[in-house]
Amino acid sequence: MNPPTDTHELDATGLLCPLPVIRTGERVRTLAPGAVLVVHASDPGAAHDIPAWCRVHGHEVLECETRTDDRVIVRLRVGNAR
Amino acid sequence: MPEQRRALVLISGGLDSMLAARALLEQGVRVEGVNFFTGFCVEGHTHAVRQADRARPKRNNALWVAEQLGIPLHIVDVVEEYKRIVTRPRYGYGAHMNPCLDCKVFMVGKAFEWVRSGDYDFVVTGEVIGQRPKSQRKATMPVVAEDSGAGDRLLRPLSARMLEPTLPEREAWVDRAQLFDFHGRSRQPQMALAERWGIRDYAQPAGGCCFLANRHYTQKLRDLWQHRGAREYELDDIMLLKIGRHLRPRPNYKLIVAREDGENRFLEGYRKAFPHIRPLSHGGPLTLVDGEPGDDDLEFAARVSARFGQGRDAERVEMEIHPGHGRSPLRASVVPLAPDDVPRDWYV
Repeated sequence: MNPPTDTHELDATGLLCPLPVIRTGERVRTLAPGAVLVVHASDPGAAHDIPAWCRVHGHEVLECETRTDDRVIVRLRVGNAR
Repeated sequence: MPEQRRALVLISGGLDSMLAARALLEQGVRVEGVNFFTGFCVEGHTHAVRQADRARPKRNNALWVAEQLGIPLHIVDVVEEYKRIVTRPRYGYGAHMNPCLDCKVFMVGKAFEWVRSGDYDFVVTGEVIGQRPKSQRKATMPVVAEDSGAGDRLLRPLSARMLEPTLPEREAWVDRAQLFDFHGRSRQPQMALAERWGIRDYAQPAGGCCFLANRHYTQKLRDLWQHRGAREYELDDIMLLKIGRHLRPRPNYKLIVAREDGENRFLEGYRKAFPHIRPLSHGGPLTLVDGEPGDDDLEFAARVSARFGQGRDAERVEMEIHPGHGRSPLRASVVPLAPDDVPRDWYV
């Protein structure tokens, strides 16, 4: 049986880019490698910027969804480099 | 084997800083980027808000550049610290309220803090001598280096051969002969270099990348300071200056009237912080009221707001007025203001 995943939530709704990216970065720095962070945003640009930020910093994007109400949800796994 | 040196490059998302970073990568330097968020960046915000702009690509150009170069990019919130640059620039403003030289000194200084902490060996910018009339002149290059504290640990690869050798050049961390002597306002040398390196897609911001260089925006910022009696702002203030029509019918209050659905949605997020007005009988904008309006002012503001809605030609429009300060909303049947009754000098 797999151990439970260390999962955290970040509410970045109401923030315009790049603030959701900045808040994601600040939160990731507090988390251990392997932890999962679920970011909720309302700026449609977050669906592009947060995955791009993850790619340049070596974090894994597990899921990125833009819902019909324009809410963006990004699930990422924290990598080793921060 | 020589030690691999580490450079921190100020990445704006434009071509010059992209080329500066690439010049270092070509020489085997370990490069990371930094991008400072001041709150005045043009990129992204209004495009994200306005419905008409929703089809545009939403990419953050600095992040996009970092991905193209394969380098990490640190985006740093400097909104609080940047206030003193906007409100009390040592070297004054450019054509509008753009404190370009102070801004460059500030950003290089912030980057140099990371050098001081031992994470990097030197700071790099994409500055080009003569490119900008205020902040990128040969005479101001030493000012940025000195005032920022970076001194000769500040390298400008695109104009390096027109400047005194810096520490990274003297210590052969980088080969000066492989750097450049670009100068002047022409973009041709940069475009030729981009072509040489196979860089064909890059941002070309029209009208600058900073709202402080925008005449309309800075009129609104001046108005804000004048009527608050202090040169102060919060992040929400400078965000709201980017959104909607701003009208000041009376000195004691200003109206922020959404222009379309995207702005309506954005202003919804602020309605609890402001007295606000919305139409009930017709479609129309949400209007925030910033200031200290009295009850008469709010009813008059409802008439102004109705003028921008679908009931503008109706005899009367039902409006809902939220006075704020914990008071219950009121319904009012108002006569929309005629177009001629909205003087041009109300527009901030």
